[in-house]
Amino acid sequence: MSDRTRIALAGQPNTGKSTIFNLLTGTRQFVANYPGVTVEKKSGYFQHQDHKFELVDLPGTYSMTSYSLEERVARDFLLEEKPALTINVVDAANLKRNLYFTFQLLEMGLPMMLILNMMDVVKKQGVEIDLEEISRQLEVPVVAAVGSKGRGKEDILDAITAEDNPVNSFRINYGPMESYLVKLEINLAAAEKLAAFCSPRWLAVKLMEGDSEALNLLKRFHPLASALEVEVEELRRCFESDEDETPEGFIAMQRHQRATEIEKAAVLRKSLPKNRESLTSRIDKIACHRFFGPLLLLGIVYLLYELAIVQGYNITNYTWPLLAKFRQIVDNLLPASGFIDESHLRGLALWIVDSVNGLLNYIPIFFILFALIAVIEDVGYMPRVAFILDRVFRRFGLHGQSALPLILSGAIVGGCAVPGIMACKGIADEKARFATILICPLMNCLAKTPFYLLLIGIYFPEHKTTAFLFISTITIFIALPVAKVLTLTVLKGKESAPFVMEMPRYHLPTLRGVLLRAWERVWLYVKKITSIVVAVAVVVYILLQFPGLSAEREIHFQAEVSRVLTKFQTQVEKQGFAEQLPSDQYLPLMQYWKDYKNASVAAGGNKERKKAINQNFKEKNSLYYGFLKPKGNQPAKKINRDVRKLLSTQKRLRREIKQDKISNSFLGRIGRAMEPVTKWAGFNWRINVALLSCLAAKESAVATLGALYEPPETGTAIDNTLEKRMAGVESGMTPLHALAIILFMALYPPCLATMIMIKLQTGSWKWMLFSLVIPITMGVAISTIIFSGGSALGLNGWQAMAVFYVVAVIITLLTALIKDHEIPDYMR
Amino acid sequence: MTLSELSPGLSCRIKKIRVRGLVGQRLLDMGLFPGTLVLVVRNAPLVDPVELKIDDQYLSIRHLEARGIEVDLI
Repeated sequence: MSDRTRIALAGQPNTGKSTIFNLLTGTRQFVANYPGVTVEKKSGYFQHQDHKFELVDLPGTYSMTSYSLEERVARDFLLEEKPALTINVVDAANLKRNLYFTFQLLEMGLPMMLILNMMDVVKKQGVEIDLEEISRQLEVPVVAAVGSKGRGKEDILDAITAEDNPVNSFRINYGPMESYLVKLEINLAAAEKLAAFCSPRWLAVKLMEGDSEALNLLKRFHPLASALEVEVEELRRCFESDEDETPEGFIAMQRHQRATEIEKAAVLRKSLPKNRESLTSRIDKIACHRFFGPLLLLGIVYLLYELAIVQGYNITNYTWPLLAKFRQIVDNLLPASGFIDESHLRGLALWIVDSVNGLLNYIPIFFILFALIAVIEDVGYMPRVAFILDRVFRRFGLHGQSALPLILSGAIVGGCAVPGIMACKGIADEKARFATILICPLMNCLAKTPFYLLLIGIYFPEHKTTAFLFISTITIFIALPVAKVLTLTVLKGKESAPFVMEMPRYHLPTLRGVLLRAWERVWLYVKKITSIVVAVAVVVYILLQFPGLSAEREIHFQAEVSRVLTKFQTQVEKQGFAEQLPSDQYLPLMQYWKDYKNASVAAGGNKERKKAINQNFKEKNSLYYGFLKPKGNQPAKKINRDVRKLLSTQKRLRREIKQDKISNSFLGRIGRAMEPVTKWAGFNWRINVALLSCLAAKESAVATLGALYEPPETGTAIDNTLEKRMAGVESGMTPLHALAIILFMALYPPCLATMIMIKLQTGSWKWMLFSLVIPITMGVAISTIIFSGGSALGLNGWQAMAVFYVVAVIITLLTALIKDHEIPDYMR
Repeated sequence: MTLSELSPGLSCRIKKIRVRGLVGQRLLDMGLFPGTLVLVVRNAPLVDPVELKIDDQYLSIRHLEARGIEVDLI
């Protein structure tokens, strides 16, 4: 670390700062958060001529005030860390507004250099920029680059390594304010500690701007802070009454003035522009059009869904076998299981692999999704989405930019809250961002779908489509009022940003940038999610497995085992295989049998591969193979039949044990203990256990129900689908029960992965826990109302569904009408 | 009159910005000063927000904020 020179990369949004960052650092990038806040801190390493550098990407901001978190973070970094050099990336095609920001960096008195990025755009506009002139006026090195095309790297590196990056002495003349500034500056310079920490001139300007953080600096370093604070107030008042202009407004205007001057001196228009409308403007005629705009948005969302969710799901068909193979490998490494008993080592290891696999399975979907989002972001379409939808979302305390996260989370058709919450990062308004993060988990997660399908299949078989439509749309009518209530209550104190949004030029994204970002986000998912999922998987495993079978049942099962094994032994002896097949060979034989079955299933219809498998198994053990393929050998045929019988008995016993274990487990007991309460919502203990077990991942719900509703005895019911089995066991359940369960599931707590994302994006455990409490409370309340209310009114499932839907829509419309105290203080 | 009252296609010059604090600062940062020439490009599909053009740059603000900007029609 010590031998690395630290460099900061600063710039306004939409200047192509990240393309310059990628250009310099390549793939050696690390993402973390700035200490104590949720602002992402990206850093990377690079080398040039034996010099090692660390590059830190500061958040992109339009200004350097202390109004927003990003600005404070960027400024604190520059002040506290004092990087050896600050590189300011400037959009050459938007020089004037960018210089406005550059001045604010220069005033901090830091060693700086300028990169004029997007020089290709400028050239296309027929404009020439005099770099020397800018360098002369600003007194810092200036380099031209085209980050998106990788041009300018050498020049930048040379400028960075050039011997001296002198502290600049650039000043803006603030005219009538100068006398005020000088007065303050002299006073500030007298405080040694302060002068050592930051430029007194800069602080003087900040104090005149009325910057709150500047006052804090004063308090921290100046011995006579409070007296000075009063003086600053007085000076500001004086200035405003003398000049009839707020000091901050005046300062901004002076900067703007100076930027205009520099632009005039340095920018030469060779050809007359504006004869032709810019491409961006022409695209926006459609993209922001009253009718076509929303239509295009809908099309893009559809495409996103089709490519990521549908096609991504198809890809998982190819990647799943890889994960299954991994499980197989782990399986083989573990000690073999007995006839019915399985060591906890084995059980736990496989349980963990299954849990992790379940989440890794989504990687193809996530990768496509993240890449497509990166494309949409880089193209510059996001602000257009916000522009089109802001009016709707604002009504619920959200922001135009909340649209995408909600869509990704499954607002329309089913999605995943993990990428949804990740996409919340772009929402400028903190209040709206938190509200969006908290309602993302209420959208329809894909993993809930099998559970819905199961219940709909049993209880609403005649109107599957309508029921599914109900589920997929009801969540948005629950989430929007929740968002409104949250922003009016718990989120009231959060920072709310104004909607002053740049509509940047459209850009072609770079493949490298897109892939890099997609990879970065996928990796974050893998890293954060899997580690914690493993921890929780262990807990859930213990809760489901312990205390295990009662002694009495244990004896019962063991007796059953010795009965069937003895029977098999008798058959083996009767057929004359007693010597070749001693009793310690029974289990290996059964395993061989299962392995063969797995292998031939994997081979599918491929005859060549089947042949190879047969050959392979024959070589492995010709004796076993003789039983597997008896081919007219009558005694072997009998053994064949009995092995199969043995296997099915084993399956049945294991199933019964599993059922007994779950029922006797801690989770089972908790589920039963909850029954007196949950019965008002229509849940029996089995449903409780299933719902509890899906805290780790919702996929478990159907699996656990599957285990719980296994037919008690083999025979007739064995081939029935879970639908039929469940309907059989739960004959007392009605569609009203099912509706209550479905609605509970729709609101049910975010899965672990989502909760970790919430922790990451909000930066606090408190919000993570909060995101767990809201849906549980609401879920219990709503399903109780549905079930108890519905029963009291004598409604059936369908009627209750319709009534609830209408009520939810009405509540949504009503909350939309509640006015947030919309006239803010600045309208005084 | 305020910027909010202008229909798309009209141009104006900013007379005074009555908006203060954070929003005021943002408007300043984006180049909205007294004297700046502004073209109202279009309203969003649901009328709010409104898209403006200043110099070569486009930005959108809500009508609520636009009401705090006094302008002269040109």
